[in-house]
Amino acid sequence: MDFDFTPEEQAFRGEVRDFLAANLPPPQERGRGFLGDWLAKVRAKGWVGFSWPTEYGGGEGSLTEQAILKEEMALHRAPPLGTSYMGLAWVGPGIIQYGTDEQKRRFIPDILDSKVNWCTGYSEPNHGSDLAAIQTKAERVGDHYVVNGQKIWTTGAPWADWIILLTRTQFDVERKHDGITCLLVPMDSKGIEVRPIENMAGDRNFAEVFFTDVQVPVANRLGEEGKGWAVTISALANERSSIGEVTQMFARLDALKALVKATTRQGRPAASDPAVRRRIAEFEAKIAAMKYNGLRYLTKQLRGEPLSSETSVNKLHRASLEIDMADFAVELTGRAGLQLRGGSDAVDGGSWAKSALGWPGVVIGGGTPNIQRNIIAERILGLPKD
Amino acid sequence: MDFGFSEEQNLLRDQVLRFMTEACPLAVVRQCNGRAPAELWRQAADLGWLALTVPESHGGVGLTWVDLAVVLEETGRGLSPLPIISQTLAGVAIRRCGDEAQQRQWLPRIATGEALFGVGLYDDPAWIDPRAVRLAGAATLTGSKSFIDDGAGATHLLLATRDGDELALALVDASDAEVRPEPGIDRTKPAAMAILDRVRPLATLPMDAEDLGYITDCGAVAVALEAIGAAEAVLEMTTEYAKTRIQFDNPIGKYQGVKHRLADMYVDVESFKSLAYYAAWAVDDAPAELPRAASLAKAYAADAFARIGIDGVGLHGAIGFTAEYDAQLYLKRSKWARAAFGDADFHYQRAATLGGL
Repeated sequence: MDFDFTPEEQAFRGEVRDFLAANLPPPQERGRGFLGDWLAKVRAKGWVGFSWPTEYGGGEGSLTEQAILKEEMALHRAPPLGTSYMGLAWVGPGIIQYGTDEQKRRFIPDILDSKVNWCTGYSEPNHGSDLAAIQTKAERVGDHYVVNGQKIWTTGAPWADWIILLTRTQFDVERKHDGITCLLVPMDSKGIEVRPIENMAGDRNFAEVFFTDVQVPVANRLGEEGKGWAVTISALANERSSIGEVTQMFARLDALKALVKATTRQGRPAASDPAVRRRIAEFEAKIAAMKYNGLRYLTKQLRGEPLSSETSVNKLHRASLEIDMADFAVELTGRAGLQLRGGSDAVDGGSWAKSALGWPGVVIGGGTPNIQRNIIAERILGLPKD
Repeated sequence: MDFGFSEEQNLLRDQVLRFMTEACPLAVVRQCNGRAPAELWRQAADLGWLALTVPESHGGVGLTWVDLAVVLEETGRGLSPLPIISQTLAGVAIRRCGDEAQQRQWLPRIATGEALFGVGLYDDPAWIDPRAVRLAGAATLTGSKSFIDDGAGATHLLLATRDGDELALALVDASDAEVRPEPGIDRTKPAAMAILDRVRPLATLPMDAEDLGYITDCGAVAVALEAIGAAEAVLEMTTEYAKTRIQFDNPIGKYQGVKHRLADMYVDVESFKSLAYYAAWAVDDAPAELPRAASLAKAYAADAFARIGIDGVGLHGAIGFTAEYDAQLYLKRSKWARAAFGDADFHYQRAATLGGL
């Protein structure tokens, strides 16, 4: 057991730090052109799609280097390495694994260069967690599929250029996981209508997406017809290391501690209230557990041992921390905690209040906590399926 | 970067598992009342487990706390009544506070098991603080010491004492004191009280508050490590039951009320396992980080294992409540583990302080 890095890994960390020192000015000094420059520079470094093969423009960093890059980026609160989260996290890896050579040449560079925004058309009005039960229909007509149906909760749909779409090409199947086909569809296709949905935080970043006789060339099919479920599963499994998230969580905990120190409750310093202190320490224990869980799982991967569904453990911790830390900050600061940005007494610019309303985007997005519990119970503990 | 065990450590784990299965199964554990049978004790000494962290120069095996973690996790899995923690802490305390002559005299006897130690630190039942050390004296000790772990059957006692503001560890021949075993919830973790009447210690080791904190931290880490194996045993036992127990035409493990609780148990065990492994590593390799690491691990483990102990019984229904079924043994251990070397509240409050509040 050791927590040391090899000289090469330390050198890589040094390289990342030097790069950040030279290219990441403090937020108030970032001008209009900053983001574009930033994206070009990290791209030139090969750090966008860092886990992807160099053959397709990725960086092919080792597992440890990937972890170091994520950790340093989070530690220095760097902006994302691309504008399309979905493209980098879900679509790109799916295309690399299942796409044709032509698809890889066509789609991967644009994702790496932040030229194209992707969204993921998975959930439907009646099928969110039960993803394999989707009903959106794709019918093969000549060299096209004709798509009819509806998606919902599609994050990023209002500004996406492309959608990775889960459709059903066969309805008379024994297993509902069969007969699903994955299509890559331009959002400006004739017959697509996007209706944004306002969430409880007041944002309109997810939407209903309607498909009426939308024509999709067969060349835009990802993977085999009827085998789209495997593509989806690989995308869901692709989010691996939680190391960047842990660093962000520690930063939020520091902000929460600072808030506690600046707060009085019932006329006394909140920092001396045992109930407050205990909550903070419980958050810290969970975040530290996430960190060391992540390092144990990384070690398994480095040793070439298969990971099962252990990453669901950290997803559950993250979910409860997302909900509870912001909620705690709002409760801690009483009436002031309710004020949004612009309020006379708003706490930290209303950011905690905003987070207290924004957690479902993170917590429900990649599978609800109860789905994660099902995954652990069934795949790790071997309990019977519902 | 490697947060895992070595080949040697995996072999050690196999060895401990074999010992627990063959020599110390729960049927044997159930027979223990107050002290592990001498032959078990002898075997553990022969296998080197009493001397694992004692340096080779003093007759020990000279391994690290990460190696000890393997032993404690696996003996904890089978609720071993072997007082490895007390024996280890006696070694830790003598190494830290004893002079060279005292180390030379006592560490080899700890390693062979010739000297079996009971350890008593705090006189207050719920206060981890130097002020909670009350037994007073120096050249001779008169009074009583409560909450001595593994005191009954010990050949020697290591007792925290005070002389005015000065703390010390008194090494006492157990036969010089009247040692009273206390009836307790967990019979595999016997505590005793000692009455001392002008007892002259065999050795007195000076100790400051930091030393006391260090010994307590080592104890807390050791308890968290044992709790990993014990909690996993509950999870395994309850999961197997949930797969086979049919109610309303289905195995109860099919119902989310049961399966989700089991999933949450898994999340908690995985998590305090990671925290406890890290704390064990910190004992030898990052002592400055030990207080925080120990508190986070022990706090999480104490709360989680206590809940797992209760739900392990509860999810079994009435059968779990019977003396015959093993789930109850783990519930009892979880209560002991919660209080030992500081409960969750103590360690969370301390972690808050260490974290800057």
